[in-house]
Amino acid sequence: MLLTIAFRNILRNRRRSLLTLLAIAVGGVAIVVFGEFVGFIRTALATMTVESFGHLTVFRAGYFDYGGGNPAAYGIADYERIMHLIADDPAIKPRLNVITPAVSLTGIAGNFAIGTSKTFLGTGFLPSARERMRVWDEHRVFRHRVLRPLGLRDDDQTRAVVGVGLARVLGLCEALALKDCPPRPRPAPGPAAAADAPELADVAALAQADRDPAAPAAAGPRLDLLAATATGAPNVMSIFVTGAEPQGAKEIDDNFIAMHVSLAQQLLYGRGERQASAIVLQLHHTADLDAVRARLRTLLAEQHLDLEIRDFIERYPFYQQAVDMFDTIFLFIAVIMGIIVLFTVINTMGMSVMERTNEIGTSRALGVRRSGIRRLFVVEGALLGAFGATLGVALAQLLALAFNAAGATWSPPGFVGRAPLRVMTTGTSALLVGAWLGLVLMATLAAVIPANRAARLKVVDALRHV
Amino acid sequence: MAPAAPPTTADEQSEGAAPVVRLRDVAKVYDDEGLRVTALKRITLDIRERRFAMIVGPSGSGKTTLLNLIGCIDTPTSGRVEVCGQDTGALADNAVTDFRSRHIAFIFQNFNLSPVLTAYENVEYPLLLLRAPAALRRERTAAMLESVGLWAQRSQRPNQLSGGQKQRVAVARALVKQPTLVLADEPTANLDTQTGAEVIALMRQVQAEHKASFVFSTHDPQLISHADDIFAIRDGELVEPRSEERR
Repeated sequence: MLLTIAFRNILRNRRRSLLTLLAIAVGGVAIVVFGEFVGFIRTALATMTVESFGHLTVFRAGYFDYGGGNPAAYGIADYERIMHLIADDPAIKPRLNVITPAVSLTGIAGNFAIGTSKTFLGTGFLPSARERMRVWDEHRVFRHRVLRPLGLRDDDQTRAVVGVGLARVLGLCEALALKDCPPRPRPAPGPAAAADAPELADVAALAQADRDPAAPAAAGPRLDLLAATATGAPNVMSIFVTGAEPQGAKEIDDNFIAMHVSLAQQLLYGRGERQASAIVLQLHHTADLDAVRARLRTLLAEQHLDLEIRDFIERYPFYQQAVDMFDTIFLFIAVIMGIIVLFTVINTMGMSVMERTNEIGTSRALGVRRSGIRRLFVVEGALLGAFGATLGVALAQLLALAFNAAGATWSPPGFVGRAPLRVMTTGTSALLVGAWLGLVLMATLAAVIPANRAARLKVVDALRHV
Repeated sequence: MAPAAPPTTADEQSEGAAPVVRLRDVAKVYDDEGLRVTALKRITLDIRERRFAMIVGPSGSGKTTLLNLIGCIDTPTSGRVEVCGQDTGALADNAVTDFRSRHIAFIFQNFNLSPVLTAYENVEYPLLLLRAPAALRRERTAAMLESVGLWAQRSQRPNQLSGGQKQRVAVARALVKQPTLVLADEPTANLDTQTGAEVIALMRQVQAEHKASFVFSTHDPQLISHADDIFAIRDGELVEPRSEERR
């Protein structure tokens, strides 16, 4: 009977109830659609990060904090045995998508044909593994994306891919047919004109001497890379640049070279023992990350290996920062919407109490306790919240589907190029339920204030009210 | 519904019975932001069981205040109010509400039916408050609606009923829980003479059937003519009824 009376009371002033429902529904739409957008951002960022960094990376202990200063000193010597150990572990194997060694190095890249050079940050990996990592898309957020192969091959360690910025600096735009790559301005004449610098001439000569006469045919423009080996000796290798890939942040784009792991090892270790800077693991599902990390820790401890494990969030702090920022904006919007709902329902229920003062007095005279009056108005608030929230969640889903169908794109922060802009419509049940419950709770709480006022009315005063 | 009692006079019925209402030195002073208005001055009266008692007097004389005190919806400034043997001043808020729910019923001048409930639901409502079993609710509600001649209109909302029909629903709502005391504040004031007479006759009839005590506040001579007992009140004091206030 309480629900019946509450429901009929809501229908008494239909226009006011409808406006209240719409206010709650608009709040629901804002919360759900933005929440689904944040969900997409989180998923898309995670996908892009995992494509590049994998889920987990095994380093030699201390590398993560200190290896940047001297990568060669923190190599993993028996990395192939450890990779087999990991890949063959029955708890990890079914969850593992890719495992690859990675070598990080720094050095100088020179295009001595035009007398220019630039410091570089190099990453060496197994090309086939890298290609498999690039297409990882667990939640199919980039399902319409067409990826061009990097052009690296497992059987050819002379090939490399550079950042667009580095290609531009080293004068490779024309050779690589890069778009939006302005012609290189003529450098100002001076004592350090690159082509005439004796140091660069020495490096060019060293590179010429080090070239393998049996190297395969050129797959692109040539660069010569100079790096210091683990023992401090200079080491020069030639590469053919097969393409340029934008790297998002300019400071990375201007320095990036991706190459075959063997080439990176040759540069870093020369003829010495080949090591890896890291072992990168990409899983089929991010949900398995904690389980695999735990198993990995056990495995490494059992083998008494002095290694540490880092996940992609630790390796790429921007991910967590971006997610935190969007979560904060979401919270802010949710709070604003909650306040709007709160005041709308307080206003509606307050007017209802005023209009029904005489009825409240009658009910009290008939024997309804103060708590019964309070309960009636709170239930009315909850019903308004429930209907409004249901309408809002349903409208939000329709809006989300329409938005996704529109095929919008955007440039995510920290990444180059356009990416699809969508909102998550699957796997968002927690958001939908949370938003629904939050709105109903807010409407119910809002009704408590006028309900208390109604309950506190003196019976004689209420009966006298016209 | 219980069969009607054999016809006896009200005096015979209540002979030797304990008073259903006892007021002793009851005063009521309203304090409106420092402005003190004395509505009742040391009223002492007894209303016997199963009587058709009238509180009569001009507007502003304190009739409604007296009725509110008897109905436990207001508290006296001083004095003692006993209803059905219970000192109502000794009851806490919930207890006095429950007491009202069990023993006292109201019939209002403006009917005060719930606009969102049908005639049937309005009548059934007091039984729901008493948590009466569904079968008993159905039986009593149907009997009351038939008793007031509104079974055919049971599904109609108050806005679909005439003034007389509304007041008959209000009478049915008051009596469905079989209260000891029915309080009616000028119940015929908003009805035309003919309808008012019908409602009074109806109340007389159901009072006889249910053996409830009725206390009215009124200055309607037609209603006063039905009174078993008359309490005249002027300027907050009980006085001797004037000739036009007598039966």
